[in-house]
Amino acid sequence: MKIVVWVTEGGWEACVDAARELAGGQVVLLHVVDTGTVEVVAGARAGLLGRAMPAGGPAVEAALGAAQAALLDAAEARLGRPAERIGRRGRVEREVVAACGDAGLLVLARDGDHLRLGPRSLGPATRFVLDHAPCRVLLVWPDEPPDLDTLPPPPPDRP
Amino acid sequence: MVLLTPVVLATATGMRVRAKPHLYACTHLANSASLLLPVSNLTNLLAFTASGLTFAGFAGLMALPWLAVVGTEYLLFRRFFADDLAAAAHRAPAVEPVRAPRFALVVLGATLAGFALAEPLGVHPAWVAAGGALVLAARRLARRPLDEAGRLVRAANLPFCAFVFGLGVVVLAVRSGGVGDLVGRLVPDRGGPLGLLAVAVLAAVLANVVNNLPATLMLTPLVAHSPGLVLAVLLGVNVGPNLTYVGSLATLLWRQILHARDHPPAAGDFLRLGALTVPACLLAGVAALWLGLRVSGTT
Repeated sequence: MKIVVWVTEGGWEACVDAARELAGGQVVLLHVVDTGTVEVVAGARAGLLGRAMPAGGPAVEAALGAAQAALLDAAEARLGRPAERIGRRGRVEREVVAACGDAGLLVLARDGDHLRLGPRSLGPATRFVLDHAPCRVLLVWPDEPPDLDTLPPPPPDRP
Repeated sequence: MVLLTPVVLATATGMRVRAKPHLYACTHLANSASLLLPVSNLTNLLAFTASGLTFAGFAGLMALPWLAVVGTEYLLFRRFFADDLAAAAHRAPAVEPVRAPRFALVVLGATLAGFALAEPLGVHPAWVAAGGALVLAARRLARRPLDEAGRLVRAANLPFCAFVFGLGVVVLAVRSGGVGDLVGRLVPDRGGPLGLLAVAVLAAVLANVVNNLPATLMLTPLVAHSPGLVLAVLLGVNVGPNLTYVGSLATLLWRQILHARDHPPAAGDFLRLGALTVPACLLAGVAALWLGLRVSGTT
């Protein structure tokens, strides 16, 4: 079975740990660079009409690419066994779903509020991936799960 | 923006936190946080002489609006990027400490102090700036004259100086025509709270329709009779650009951004962020400016 581990800045350790505990399977470490951010920076420089030095966008892309490689290195080291590495760039949520086409399992971490149980614990990208994943999904907390008493009370009309 | 973006990017990736909110903050603050000093932004420099204020007087009046705008940006960014910022940060790999460039920082500090100190003696800030630049350049030239001379000339960005000069001529021509009359009719005469707000909003709109440089050149002569209104123009042209993608709907720009790539940019986030922050920053900035003008007795 192909196990895709979505490596993100906030929650990669927990995902790698979860993948390590799964017996067997071929692990694929996936990281996506958000190109929207790169373009906002490049666009903002263009708006300065030459007040900035040229070649801003490529430098940002190079830095994000290097960070991606470093993060995948760290993830592979933490996994402790050889794994396939995929570094993509584009719209994060769509790239992740696309990378799961032939996967048996996707491991991903919650990326929102990690102090309370509830829907806010999922950011928009993670929610999109959960909603559209074409395979089974293992959703982990990035750190210790919050206490049960952070569960919000039931709405008053439905006791 | 030029200096800080790579630093912020390196810090964010080094700490393994999401770079997105921090890079967006760089692009926003490059505009809106450049209110404080006459040398903080080219727009300020272009309007500084028309304001008739001293270097210290300008900074004194702009300090409060600057704090109000930066504070508003901070609060709204915390809200807008709550998910990205709430993501758990983990121990980052150790980074080797780097020595601060002490010489450059001392010269920079001395130049900034020089702006305020030299002006009462009748020395124009341009001479102080030239002095600081000469000291920095001399040290580099002493090391490797040929290499450094080429880099310094490129860094001086002479084509851009020619561009600003040309822009001034073009804007002068536009201003003496019908467009200038139209804009002139929209500019209020007096700097009450509503007048300040009207000028700031007008400047912000113009900065988005053309770009903030032409907008500054266009509006400054129309409000030169009132320092308060000049500062309100600067609030508009510095905060306004965050409203649309990059403060300019100039076709050149959109062509570059939309067509040079194989897919449209994630403009949605930027536009929503702009719609959230720009009106709030303009209101907070104008209120703070009005308060500062009242307290100092400037009109």
